[in-house]
Order: sequence, then structure tokens, then C-alpha cells
Amino acid sequence: MTGQWTQFLAGGFTTGAIYALVALGFSIIYNASRVINFAQGEFVMIGGMSAVTFVGLGAPMPVAIVGAVLVAGLVGLLLEALAVGRARKADVVTLIIITIGASILLRGLAQLVWDKSIHGLPPLSGNEPIAVFGATILPQSLWVLGVTLVTVVALSAFFRGSRLGKAMRATSYNRLAAELVGIDVRKVLFFSFGLAAMLGALGGVLIAPIAFTSWDVGIMLGLKGFAAAMLGGMGSFPGAIVGGLLLGLLESFGAGYLSSAYKDVIAFALLLAVLLVRPDGLLGAARSDRV
Amino acid sequence: MGYSVQPEAIGSEPAARRRSAAVPALGPRRAGLTALALIIALTPLLLANDYFYNVAILVGLNAIVCVGLNLLIGYAGQISLGHAGFFGLGAYGAALLAARYGIPPLAALVAATAGVGLLAFVVGRPILRLQGHYLAMATLGLGIIVSIAIANEEQLTGGPDGMAVPELTVLGFEVYGERVWYWVVGACLFATVWLALNLVDSPRGRALRALHGSEVAAETVGIDSTRQKLTIFVVSAMIAAFAGALTAFYSGFLTPAKASFMHSIELVTMVVFGGIASTWGALVGAALLTILPQALTVLQEYEMIVLGAVLMATMIFLPRGIVPTLAGLLVRRPEAGASPAADERRRH
Repeated sequence: MTGQWTQFLAGGFTTGAIYALVALGFSIIYNASRVINFAQGEFVMIGGMSAVTFVGLGAPMPVAIVGAVLVAGLVGLLLEALAVGRARKADVVTLIIITIGASILLRGLAQLVWDKSIHGLPPLSGNEPIAVFGATILPQSLWVLGVTLVTVVALSAFFRGSRLGKAMRATSYNRLAAELVGIDVRKVLFFSFGLAAMLGALGGVLIAPIAFTSWDVGIMLGLKGFAAAMLGGMGSFPGAIVGGLLLGLLESFGAGYLSSAYKDVIAFALLLAVLLVRPDGLLGAARSDRV
Repeated sequence: MGYSVQPEAIGSEPAARRRSAAVPALGPRRAGLTALALIIALTPLLLANDYFYNVAILVGLNAIVCVGLNLLIGYAGQISLGHAGFFGLGAYGAALLAARYGIPPLAALVAATAGVGLLAFVVGRPILRLQGHYLAMATLGLGIIVSIAIANEEQLTGGPDGMAVPELTVLGFEVYGERVWYWVVGACLFATVWLALNLVDSPRGRALRALHGSEVAAETVGIDSTRQKLTIFVVSAMIAAFAGALTAFYSGFLTPAKASFMHSIELVTMVVFGGIASTWGALVGAALLTILPQALTVLQEYEMIVLGAVLMATMIFLPRGIVPTLAGLLVRRPEAGASPAADERRRH
């Protein structure tokens, strides 16, 4: 009984950590521009698929991971420079549709650059399951949790310590005020896309040894990341992490105790319930309307 | 194969744009409606065979949903990322009533539309309290729940394999074949546009636009914002359900893809692409984004790349959508165009 419970817990935390990484990407771009980036899921896909290519070329896993994250980061920067940044004076809805266009474009490119089949990646350290409290946990799950933890700590240091990180935070609190004190808001948006893409790609590489990857994994992972960000409160970094883990756990326990076919229904129904009680997400700041 | 006719089908759009440009948002509706009637009546001259009739019917069906969705997004300023859910419920509701319970198809269509209206009324009350992206998330969640339920209830809906739908019969006549369906869908589209234009010009439409500008300001002048939003949400959901039911009877076969998240995104994209807060924009967006993928199948593996690029380029260079931007250029009063949409959402 405890074994089963531990099993669901471990599974929930593993997928939840990935959702959290994707959700952080959503929140970073949202904070810089109020835009929901519908191409966020494609960064996850690009991460996984690039890593497959690097491994295919004979690179060891750590090199492949770094390479994949950098490739996705570059794609993120390009997306801002060539598309979103050019239209940044437009309506938020218009910018959102641009990111939808980008996600279609990137999926099309992925089919062309790679293929339409499903790929696996070797785990970072073996496939021998570890027995913990009667549950069997894949070493890759521990890697997912460990790397996510390190990333979150590093990210938090970046936002507190570095000039760029502080500029990004200032922009998210008040864009106009940030501009007035001389922060280059355009630059913030540019690097936000790069950072969000790298986080998404990291999630994509980490989950691929467990869940496989293909040209269309971005749709569902992006959707879950978005849901996680909303659950925690869009724009809040602790919210993204809490939302991601909670969504992962809801799915895992929902699938285990109720119905695996309806695990997403359970997760989304609870998400709706949370939003109705707390309309700005769990950790989101309450807003008031100004006329 | 006659892709060659495609450019003509696309080529008929500028005419629609020019007319819509000549008719400002609050101007004489009659000119616009006459133009639409003429376009619907004359388009068959360009349709060489059943394939083109099929594309035209799909344009009409999508346009009906988009005109309804635009009422919600463009005029009430409420984003829905779950409209395919209502579309799917209408489609499956009508199909199940007709196929499994032997209810006459026309009655099934009416019942499904009314049922979705009731559902939208019940769920709309709590979720319309949410704002902006949170409302989008809630509608998205609803849509996903509907689509998963449809895909999983195999004994009822046939699951991912889909289900067959009987023919639509009206007063003993079977609605059969592309050429008959063209006129049915054309008439329904005309009626929907007429309804939408009247709604927008009514006191309720003005209340909605006030609400879009600023909810707080609208309430201070006595507009019951919750009731207004709820009404338009229900109307827009019912229009989607109606189009869904029509689609079910027209295609004779249903798959869960019609209710999917991707379909919801496609619908919103059509509305924004054509131009938010412009009924003609919704029409043009639905037409272009229905025809474009059909035309792009020639490109095979490049199809998605080109579609994505066209979408991005259009939104970058015509940020207010095709119809309002071009209308603004033609009328030479860029700000006096049709869009009260611009200022929303900056206020966060």
C-alpha cells in the first residue's frame, strides 16, 4: 500500500518537475510582455529532438543536453528577434497568434529536419530501477528532480544577483517604471525568450528517456506547462513550481486511483475548481481593475 | 486536378474587403448584407466540381462559428479557448440523438443546440467571473474535458474511430449532396451574420463594447456586466453548437478531432487573423484559413511551415487583422476603423 503510494508520488513529482520547467518558461515571457507563448511546447520538443541528434552523432549525454538546450535557446532568441519583437507594439492577442503561428512553423520544420517517428534517449545513468519504500524508481526520475532543483536554485540566484535578472524582475513589476529608470525593455523581452526556451528544452531532454520524444510532443507538454503556470498564478515563479508539481501529482494519483484514461479530465477539473476559488491562481497576486 | 481554381476562390475576397471598407462598423448594415448575399449567390459560378463545393461549405461552417466567437472575443472582450468543445458537443449531441435514439434529425439539431445553450448558461455563470488569461484557461479546461470525454466514451461515441451520422431530413426532404448543402449552409451563414450585425448595433451591443473598453467604467454607468457577458457567451456557444450539428449531418461522420484543443485554437486564430471585432473580419479569416490549408496540401511536407509563416507574417504586418487594417488604409482614417479591441489588456 505504501509502496503504491510512493510510486504515484515519485511519478507525480517527476512529470511535475518537467511541467514546472515548462511553466517557468511561460511565466518568464509573460512577465516581460504579458504574452502567453504558445510556442513554449515546441521548445520542449526541440530540446528532446536536438538531443537525439547529438546522441546520434556520438556525443555523450551531458554534452547532448547542453547542446540541445543551447539550440533551443537560439531558436527562442530568433523567434523574438524575427517575429514577436517586431510586432511588440501590437495587441497582446495579436502577439499570441504570432506565437501560435510560430508553433505551427516549428512543428513543420521539425518534421522536415528530423522525421515523424518516435525517438528515445538513453538515461543519464543506467536503467536499473532503485527500490525505495516498496516502490521502484528509475534513476532518470532522480536526475529529473535533481537537475530541476539545481536549475531552480540557479535561476533564483540569477533573478536576485545579476543585472539582467534584476532588470527582468523590474520589468515584470512595472514595465513603464522600468523603462523610466533606463532598463532596456526590448532586451529583457529578447533574453526572456532565450531563457524560456532553454528551460523548456531542458524539460524536453530530461523527460525523453522516460516518455520518448517526437515532432508533436510539444502540444501536450506545452498545454500542461500553461495549465501549471495558471494553477500557480501566471507570472509567479514559486507559483510555476508549485503549480507544476501539483499538476503532476494530480495526474499521477488520478490515473492510479481513479482512471488513467480520465487523468487529464481529473487534473483539469481540479484546476477549474482552484481557479473558481482563487481566480488569480494559488500564488498569483490579486489584481484590481483600474479605469 | 483543379488547384487552378483556388486562386479565383481566394481572389473573390478582395471584393468582400472593399465592400466592408465602404461600410463602417455602425453604417448601413444593408449594404454589407447585400454584398454577402451576392457573394453567396455568385460563388457557385466559381465552383467547378464537388470538391470546391465541399471547400465552400467548410468555409461557411467555420465562418458561422467564427462570427459567433467574434461576438464573444471581439465585442465582449472575453477569450474562449474551448469553443471546439461546444462545437463538438453540438455535433455529437445531434448525431447521438439522431443515430442512437431515433429522434428526427432536425429536432436533434435543435435539441443539441438548446442543450449546449443550457450548459453554457450553467457553466458560464461561475467561469465568466474570471478575467483575461484565467478565463482563457478555464474555457480551455472545459474544452479539453469535453474532448477527452468524447474520445473515451467509446460505446457511445465510437471513440477515436468516430461514428456515422444519418442524413438530415427537413419536412420529409433529405438534405443530400454538396450542391444542396451549399445553399443550406449559405442561408445559415447569412442568418448568423444578420443576427450578429443586429446584435452589435443594438443597445446590448453598445453595452458589450463599453464592457470591452473597461468593465469598471461600464458598471458605473449601470451596465450589468455579468449578465451581458453571460448572454453573449450563451449565444456564441449555441452558434458553435449549431454549426457543429450542421457539420455532423453534412459530413455524415464524426471524429473527436472536431472537439479538440487544436480546433479551438484554429477558431480563435481565424477570428484574430481576419480582424477582431469585425464581423466581416471573422468571415474573411474563416474563409482564408479554411482555403489556405486546402491549397497548401500541394506543398506536402512544407504545408505546415508555409501556413505558420503566413500566419506570423500577417500578424506582424497587419497587426489588427486583415479586414480592420485594410479598411483603415482604404478609408484613410486608421483610428476610426472598426476595432475597439486595441486598448484592452494593456491595463494589467
